[in-house]
Amino acid sequence: MANPSAVCNGHLHYHQKQNNLLKSGISKKNGITKGIKKNGVSNGSLSKKAFIEHFEQAPMYVAVLTFVGFGVGTIFGYLRDFMRAWGLEKRNIATEREQQKDFVPLYQDFENFYTRNLYMRIRDNWNRPICSVPGPQFDLMERVTDDYNWTFRFTGRTIKNVINMGSYNYLGFAETDANALKTVAKELQKYGTGICSTRQEMGTLDKHVELEKLVARFLGVEDAMVFGMGFATNSMNIPALVGKGCLILSDELNHTSLVLGARLSGATIRIFKHNNIQSLENLLKDAIIYGQPRSRRAWRKIIILVEGIYSMEGSIVRLPEIVSLKRKYKAYLYLDEAHSIGAVGATGRGVVEYFGMNPDDVDVLMGTFTKSFGAAGGYIAGKKDLVDFLRTHSHSAVYATSMCPPVAEQIIRAMKCLMGLDGTTQGLQRVQKLGKNTRYFRRRLHEMGFIVYGNDDSPVVPLLLFMPGKIGAFARRMLEKSIGVVVVGFPATPITESRARFCVSAAHTREMLDTVLNALDELGDFLHLKYSRYSKSAHPELYEESRFELED
Amino acid sequence: VDIKSMTSYLYWLYCQYELITCSYLMEPWEKVLFYTVNVATLVTLAYAAYLFVPARISGAFCFVLHLLGNQPENTVSIMK
Repeated sequence: MANPSAVCNGHLHYHQKQNNLLKSGISKKNGITKGIKKNGVSNGSLSKKAFIEHFEQAPMYVAVLTFVGFGVGTIFGYLRDFMRAWGLEKRNIATEREQQKDFVPLYQDFENFYTRNLYMRIRDNWNRPICSVPGPQFDLMERVTDDYNWTFRFTGRTIKNVINMGSYNYLGFAETDANALKTVAKELQKYGTGICSTRQEMGTLDKHVELEKLVARFLGVEDAMVFGMGFATNSMNIPALVGKGCLILSDELNHTSLVLGARLSGATIRIFKHNNIQSLENLLKDAIIYGQPRSRRAWRKIIILVEGIYSMEGSIVRLPEIVSLKRKYKAYLYLDEAHSIGAVGATGRGVVEYFGMNPDDVDVLMGTFTKSFGAAGGYIAGKKDLVDFLRTHSHSAVYATSMCPPVAEQIIRAMKCLMGLDGTTQGLQRVQKLGKNTRYFRRRLHEMGFIVYGNDDSPVVPLLLFMPGKIGAFARRMLEKSIGVVVVGFPATPITESRARFCVSAAHTREMLDTVLNALDELGDFLHLKYSRYSKSAHPELYEESRFELED
Repeated sequence: VDIKSMTSYLYWLYCQYELITCSYLMEPWEKVLFYTVNVATLVTLAYAAYLFVPARISGAFCFVLHLLGNQPENTVSIMK
């Protein structure tokens, strides 16, 4: 290992122990548990790391003005709808044919009120087609609209070298370097691109077996299974694990894939407040005491669904507290590490490593390869019995096409790079660069006076915009300065809290981040976005000391 | 008085108004309609203020004077 001092003692010993075990052939499970216990990193205790999260509330006038903006938008929406209904204006959305006017309505007009009247006006900021690899910089196709965003046409030109602050490219593995993609090109020539079958029939390749073994080794668990699509991993596997008579306790801000999987399963779903341990404990107590709603029987299974990093808030789950709760009340834990695998942790192994915990504490580890590995697909990892059960009972395993071989090879090469198995320290360097970039970016944004949500270590940085008029202005002006950002509004976020979400990458250089920060500074002054009442002073020494003393 | 910085400040204020009330997103004819309504409301309010406020203020002023003016007489009457 190149730089032992960068990794804390417990983890260094953990890696050495793993190498010894591989040579002597002792079972991994025993070795890993022993290794961690010996070095005193206890499981489930509250972590010694400082857990700094910000969720600052905006001043009251901001909320009032946001509602004023929505009010004016709604009034004009009604006006335009009136004009369309009375034929004073051309209708551009789907309408029924004249002959079918008296039938049951096919298109519910009012439901799309928000889409028609507010989203359409700023629609040019989403679905922008790109025409290069989504690395730290990318090329956009230029498009213009003649009728206020109802239709677009391409001018044929491309906007080159736009700084990419929106792609989930945390470790920078979305690259086109021929040297790096050598093995992927070889596998492409050997296997082609299609599988033409499902896992159960004839779609299991030796590449999948190799990848699953590698994923299990990377995470420190017994076995893993990979699927072709990340969203489908959640939505198709939760129904296989729980059914009627089970209880699902799911976080308020869980991703749609988890919500869909939970609803499809038919189990009872109860929601606890975001990252709020008190709320979760109250729900668990009620579940154990009162049991199922009418029959008062005990629940067959209680499962807690959480995510590693929440992509809209940038907050990290309070894993040690949740694991101690789950042990106390004998529930199961399903951890969705879509954004956190590869992005947090000293060696990129996710939130389990970030808190210094044992992967055996989490019953079902799930993650995706889309974000940090530059590929596509998802995995579920855990005990061998669990994964064997999923191989036969999961909808995705039985009916969905398996992952294609070049993509599997890309994940294998990225994971080997991350673990250091390709003989270089490039993987560790990428993780450390990401950590440095994240901390720098967040610190500068706080100093400038923006309201930024989330944990200081999460590479997802939501910057609050609040007012609907500023969403469009922000995204357009950033594109004029050659920076591509993703803005989100209602209904993906609460109505007053629209935001711009930045995804910091290990491939961003300091100069790129400085360009973005200077542009944000200018734009923040022009659009009046610096609402924070707790902005750091221009003399950061006081704050940096209290931060860094906990970092080694 | 710096005319350039004054005008750029006023332009910035106008931009803020546009962003807050979502008139930045409106098509030109909607903007015309919205500003007409706003200006008409402001003018009506200003005219109403011009007509009624001086009379009300002088009425309030007289009332206060009345209270203060009566004081010596009241104390004299109590003492008697």
